Amino acid sequence: MMLNGTTAEIVERKALRINAAKTCQPIGAMYASLGIHGCMPHSHGSQGCCSYHRSHLTRHFKEPVVATTSSFTEGASVFGGLANLTQALKNIFSIYNPDIVAVHTTCLSEVIGDDVPTIVKRAKEEGAVPEGKLVIHTNTPSFVGSHITGFANMVSSIIKYLAERTGETKNQINLIPGFVEPADMRELKRLTRLMGVPFVMLPDTSGVLDGGLDGEYQMFPKGGTTIPEIKSMGDSIATLAFGHFTSNPGAVTLENKHNVPSQLLELPVGVGGTDAFIQALRAFSPDGAVHEDIAAERGRLIDMISDMQQYFHQKRVAIAGDPDHVIAMTKFALELGLRPVYVITGSQGNHFEKRLHELLDPVVPDAKIKQQADFFELHQWIKNAPVDLILANTYGKYIARVEDIPLVRFGFPILDRVGHRFFTTMGYAGAIRLIDQITGALFDKKDRTCPEEWFELVM
Amino acid sequence: MLKIYPDKTKKKRAKQFLLNDPENPPQIAANTRTIPGIITQRGCTYAGCRGVVIGPMHDVLHITHGPIGCSFYSWQTRRNLARPTPGQINYLQYSMTTDMMEDEIIFGGEKKLAAAIREAYRIFKPKAIAVYATCPVGLIGDDIHTVCRLAKEELGINIFGFSCEGYKGVSQSAGHHIANNGVFKHMVGLDDTPDDAEFRINMLGEYNIGGDAWEIDSLLRKCGIHVTATLSGDISYEQVTRCHTVDLNIVQCHRSINYMADMMEKKFGIPWFKVNFIGAETTAKSLRKIAKYFDSKKLTDRVEEVIAQEMAVLRPIRDDVRSRCQGKTAALFVGGSRAHHYQDLFRDMGMKTIAAGYEFAHRDDYEGRAVLPTIKIDADSRNIEEISVEADPRRFRARKTPEQNAALEAGGFTYKDYEGMMKEMSKNTLVIDDISHHEIEKLIEIYKPDVIGSGIKEKFIIEKLGVPCKQLHSYDYGGPYAAFTGAANFYKEIDRMVNTKVWKLVTAPWKGDPTVPARPVLKPKDKTAAAETDDAPKAWKK
Repeated sequence: MMLNGTTAEIVERKALRINAAKTCQPIGAMYASLGIHGCMPHSHGSQGCCSYHRSHLTRHFKEPVVATTSSFTEGASVFGGLANLTQALKNIFSIYNPDIVAVHTTCLSEVIGDDVPTIVKRAKEEGAVPEGKLVIHTNTPSFVGSHITGFANMVSSIIKYLAERTGETKNQINLIPGFVEPADMRELKRLTRLMGVPFVMLPDTSGVLDGGLDGEYQMFPKGGTTIPEIKSMGDSIATLAFGHFTSNPGAVTLENKHNVPSQLLELPVGVGGTDAFIQALRAFSPDGAVHEDIAAERGRLIDMISDMQQYFHQKRVAIAGDPDHVIAMTKFALELGLRPVYVITGSQGNHFEKRLHELLDPVVPDAKIKQQADFFELHQWIKNAPVDLILANTYGKYIARVEDIPLVRFGFPILDRVGHRFFTTMGYAGAIRLIDQITGALFDKKDRTCPEEWFELVM
Repeated sequence: MLKIYPDKTKKKRAKQFLLNDPENPPQIAANTRTIPGIITQRGCTYAGCRGVVIGPMHDVLHITHGPIGCSFYSWQTRRNLARPTPGQINYLQYSMTTDMMEDEIIFGGEKKLAAAIREAYRIFKPKAIAVYATCPVGLIGDDIHTVCRLAKEELGINIFGFSCEGYKGVSQSAGHHIANNGVFKHMVGLDDTPDDAEFRINMLGEYNIGGDAWEIDSLLRKCGIHVTATLSGDISYEQVTRCHTVDLNIVQCHRSINYMADMMEKKFGIPWFKVNFIGAETTAKSLRKIAKYFDSKKLTDRVEEVIAQEMAVLRPIRDDVRSRCQGKTAALFVGGSRAHHYQDLFRDMGMKTIAAGYEFAHRDDYEGRAVLPTIKIDADSRNIEEISVEADPRRFRARKTPEQNAALEAGGFTYKDYEGMMKEMSKNTLVIDDISHHEIEKLIEIYKPDVIGSGIKEKFIIEKLGVPCKQLHSYDYGGPYAAFTGAANFYKEIDRMVNTKVWKLVTAPWKGDPTVPARPVLKPKDKTAAAETDDAPKAWKK
């Protein structure tokens, strides 16, 4: 039987991580870099990392994910990666001609202490970087935080390197969407447009990682935030940042550097999350009015929740994934009447536990909430007291199968389904899709397992 | 293809690039360092060791010593399937790591590793634990081997480590070598009990991707040949410990396991030769060679009988597919062996491989083992340990007498006989080592192959260009493709891919047509005629 080494009895672990609910920094940085138009992500380390990160992103998006690497050898690992990065830059610009190279690091280059800005400066002096081309960098040591940290670091660095202030405020806001799907970014842009608010979104992987097939391959697709757009972020009226972990660092960087005030929102998943986003947008819209299409969408969502209430009420649910996603999803689960009893993230950060206690203590006081947790521990909790539903990424499917629990895939990575890059889970429309998925999963199990005399035509 | 490269890059790439001559394979530069920034397909030593060779051992508990990523990405992503005996824990469903944090980088991770081993033992009680080093481990100087030795003494189970830091060597290949050495030192030969069977062999370098090893095993069993161990697809710890008791090693993936084959020959006297179970013709040839080695009429007859039976089933499928695929072309860029092996399958279907190359193979895989003495180990690979192996004074046993071997060889039989990929490719086909993204794009533009066999990173790039790409690492989550039944699966897959409708839908009808379509002139329909032909129920009228 699957996962039959997992016992209900819990032995305390201080050193051994089993079935992690996180991965390492560079993949997040690579994803963020892909949200810049004309950008080549570059991994400064040995090439295995780059290969793994590209493969994993490709498995999630079913799309090309291109990135370069410094391909460290043992010699470079001892003497430093200056020659490797210089040579890489020469090759990248000659062969692939991006507008910008966004360098991130790995545990290898971090441990040996390569000073990337100095290397890049010297590479420029050597002529490895053509006129008008840009090279930026961020430090992403894999032994600190998680892929979420890597994403946040890259977003902050893009802003640090590129955002400018001309002194003339532009009538636009900045949106920092967080480590979310291209479909989610599309949805946030659609809502903002409907509200009549001019904006710049960074990063923006829509049009990059949800591309079509028309017989032509573009290494640098149409999508992605353009460099002039990023530059203009310093002149924006304000920043809306989605997610304490993924987006706040970027917003704070921009605030510190160019005095652009920021408002931190949680990911707009569910009613309250989306309401907060729309309310925030009203402040920047020409007349403060909410577009009738948006109001209608909200109405349809509330209608659906009321229609399906009986199937959600008090159902025990486990939620696992990245911290911003889990916080937003927990809020939505509570709106539906679900009972989030186990809530975990593999990433680190006290805000996670603090925020979830705020949300859950009044309604589910016995909920288990844990940062730096893993799927092994979650499974043990489930063995001790089962749940009715799991909301997690693809790795949740092992527990779902062995314990026969409906699973709704949510977050990153989703390696075994395709809809996520096209269908949002954000906004009122995304919430409607989530309800469709959740009821579908619950009903499928009922149809499969209930006694024949209780097999219902109508639900 | 090389035009766009800066001079230094061009010079190096030119040596890894050639037009084939099967009679006299030209020398290729292989197993050299990757050019930074070129967009390689390659991975690292850790992937070659933990991911490829040892990872598939399903009842060995694997712990990656490093930050979280390496163990995460090697968790269930290679499809080396396993069917442990009931009750046995399948460790392949678990990803275990010391999840090194900043403190361990600064103060060293040995204590955490020792604690992780203890915790793993307390929870799972495994028979053996393997520990894998990642990039930072070597740099900060953690001595994983001492930690493993002490843990072994303390816990009384077999615990051993692999120094497979990602920066070693130039590709996955170094990891294979390190894995071979470690498995040989720490596992092979621990149990001298042979299986009770007449024709005992090991299948080396077969990782049971998509069930390939099961297919091969069942075919061999039909013939009466017993596989003691398959290294390392669906293999148990105890099978590894007894694999030196067989009389023959057959090698599927030469690159990853030739070290083990050589070491087992030196220490235990087990001869080896190369086989190929990918492709119907080559599978038959491989079976016949095994029969010849054992020199038994009973076995030879049985092998012929099985081949005839299998081919009778396969032939109509092959002929049907061939009628649609004949004359089409393929290009293959895969790891260290499949770029060669799959050419046989395509040949079965009447398809020609016009270009092929490996990510990380060595010159012997391209040009044949005859060039081995001329290969110079360069600075990047010099630090990969070569262990010296001598004949075991108690257990070495020559499997054949010199006379028997002379007779075999007189009949054209060869041992240690890998001739490489180039001898089997047509003249003037393209051979490219460590192909870059740019070169793949150019290759499609110039050669327009009907299908490309490659990996996940290339798949969607190639398909955006309107060319189907068969993943020959993961099999696109299908398989098996080995032996006769596998060949049928593969023929059908390629038939589907090159003949599927979607490629004809790629171009939108308005593309390249600037004219505005004429608006049709709409005339009112003749109502009486319509009424006569309309068989819909008449509308209900009050």
